[in-house]
Amino acid sequence: MDKFQTFTGIVCPLDRSNVDTDAIIPKQFLKSIKRTGFGPNLFDEWRYLDHGEPGMDNSARPTNPDFVLNDPRYAGASILLTRENFGCGSSREHAPWALEDYGFKVIIAPSYADIFFNNSFKNGLLPIVLNAATVDRLFEQANGSHALELTIDLEVQQIRVGEAAPIGFDVDAFRKHCLLEGLDDIGLTLQHVDDIRAYEERRQQQAPWLFD
Amino acid sequence: MKAKTLYDKLWESHVVREEPDGTALLYIDRHLVHEVTSPQAFEGLRLANRPVWRASANLATADHNVPTTDRSKGIADPVSRIQVETLDQNCADFRILEFGMNDPRQGIVHVMGPEQGATLPGMTVVCGDSHTSTHGAFGALAHGIGTSEVEHVLATQCLIQKKSKSMLVVVDGPAGPGVTAKDIVLAVIGRIGTAGGTGYAIEFSGQAIRDLSIEGRMTVCNMAIEAGARAGFVAVDDKTIEYVKGRPFAPSAQHWDQAVAYWQTLHSDDGAEFDEVVVIPAAQILPQVTWGTSPEMVSPVSDKVPDPRDEADPVKADGMRRALSYMGLEAGTPITQIRLDKVFIGSCTNSRIEDLRAAAAIARGRKVAESVKQALVVPGSGLVKAQAEQEGLHKVFIDAGFEWREPGCSMCLAMNADRLEPGERCASTSNRNFEGRQGKGGRTHLVSPAMAAAAAIAGHFVDIRDLQA
Repeated sequence: MDKFQTFTGIVCPLDRSNVDTDAIIPKQFLKSIKRTGFGPNLFDEWRYLDHGEPGMDNSARPTNPDFVLNDPRYAGASILLTRENFGCGSSREHAPWALEDYGFKVIIAPSYADIFFNNSFKNGLLPIVLNAATVDRLFEQANGSHALELTIDLEVQQIRVGEAAPIGFDVDAFRKHCLLEGLDDIGLTLQHVDDIRAYEERRQQQAPWLFD
Repeated sequence: MKAKTLYDKLWESHVVREEPDGTALLYIDRHLVHEVTSPQAFEGLRLANRPVWRASANLATADHNVPTTDRSKGIADPVSRIQVETLDQNCADFRILEFGMNDPRQGIVHVMGPEQGATLPGMTVVCGDSHTSTHGAFGALAHGIGTSEVEHVLATQCLIQKKSKSMLVVVDGPAGPGVTAKDIVLAVIGRIGTAGGTGYAIEFSGQAIRDLSIEGRMTVCNMAIEAGARAGFVAVDDKTIEYVKGRPFAPSAQHWDQAVAYWQTLHSDDGAEFDEVVVIPAAQILPQVTWGTSPEMVSPVSDKVPDPRDEADPVKADGMRRALSYMGLEAGTPITQIRLDKVFIGSCTNSRIEDLRAAAAIARGRKVAESVKQALVVPGSGLVKAQAEQEGLHKVFIDAGFEWREPGCSMCLAMNADRLEPGERCASTSNRNFEGRQGKGGRTHLVSPAMAAAAAIAGHFVDIRDLQA
């Protein structure tokens, strides 16, 4: 995983609550056995007017001009601004893979579904929680005639825009550390091999049927 | 000693180590594997040259992509076929037991696991599938994980976790006539909302839950995730132990008594404190039908489609308008006047033998309405299918005009050939009514198996209580 570095990016405002993982990446694209290449099919059913299937030439498909990702103002956006309970539904990690493959590095919303939230961190995608009033304000700014650009600084946990006072955000210390250092969870856990073995021995004494 | 919740007990018995900030390494007893969320995890192991930590803790089957029609010719869709073959190859390479597509024990992973006794009380159970909460019906701590975590469990038999908050949902008193586990859980979601359980582990209790069979409890726990909770569970009782007894992966005779003695401790202690308690009188719950594009958009069958103008919250009202537009419904339409194009009885929520019996009881001696283009019955596993056929249920369905299929996830998420066409409306016993879930432009109404069967016969929703009266 790459280290998460401070960057400045364009905000794409997706003004819907309860955006589910079926909407983020529809099921037909889950047949891939790879981790990459999902970006062109991110939000496929909202983004294109036809029905998408794996293997299609997406550049030749008719796009939906009313969908925000197709608005030229937000071309090259790397920050997705959205509403409550983003990422609800299935556990498919293809959802963060698709967001990341498209170019998003940060999501800002008042709340997320648990599994999606967790999956995002495993892929270097930072889901930021801000209160609903701040999210409202960012929506107003992002909906203006000029794209809103934000600087995301994970180290000091701040979102900066122009000369305005920075917006602070909370993040779990362990997850922050992993993002900043680009750490692989499995490598970290395998530092505790002895603890896992000791647990298994204890457990086998207490609950031998689990090892039948 | 401080009174403990069931969640406390399940959590504490699996902590391998804990950091001062509460981040814990949690041991996983059972890992279920299917073809969609595992290939990239196995690939990761290969790239890092890591072995599987404990192969015998894993059990695999192909369910999402498999055809539900004749399988003798294999899978027609080449992309689906590669994914299923990749699972076969990965399981062979890493020596993981798999019930392949043509094994009689194959089935939806959340039907197959419990039926094999691979899910036991007190276990931690994970799978790269959000409906893993199903296994909580056994007094297990079970939840869905993403592919990175699938790889993590394969490599270490552990997960990095923080403890959730605890919620007790009490469904108080006996359920009324025609009210099933599905109606109970839809009513709970309608009450607390699809994000109501976010950050919580939910224990379901109360007489209406205790009265349910194990199959019914699986239906309830299955949809805990639709209320936002990764895990939902029910305390162990005699029914739990009776269900497990004699199954292939159940404890050996040598360890059985010891296991039972432990399982009998798997309930919340008197006086245990929860972060949140929700009490719903079971008598208030009627047969449910969803009318929107989120499981919380649900009403009793005797109601009308709600009007967004009656919703005070503007964001919610906007969501309702969008949902009604997608669903092609007018506010104020009686639910019983909604006509269906297709009916789907199946999925990890409602494809067990009890579900098929309930649907067959309605279908027996009746005919699917001519206006219904297709009515599918997809058993949850090969063993459920065999049991149903032994009871003659397949004949009841076929005589009534239903199609009797091979087991798999099927039209719940339409990864195989079973799907809705744009604009088609379906009464479905599955778990998600999201836009496009059953096929692009498809319109899904979630109901119980009996309600789905009744809708197939009438061509529109009917109040099951009228049929049973």
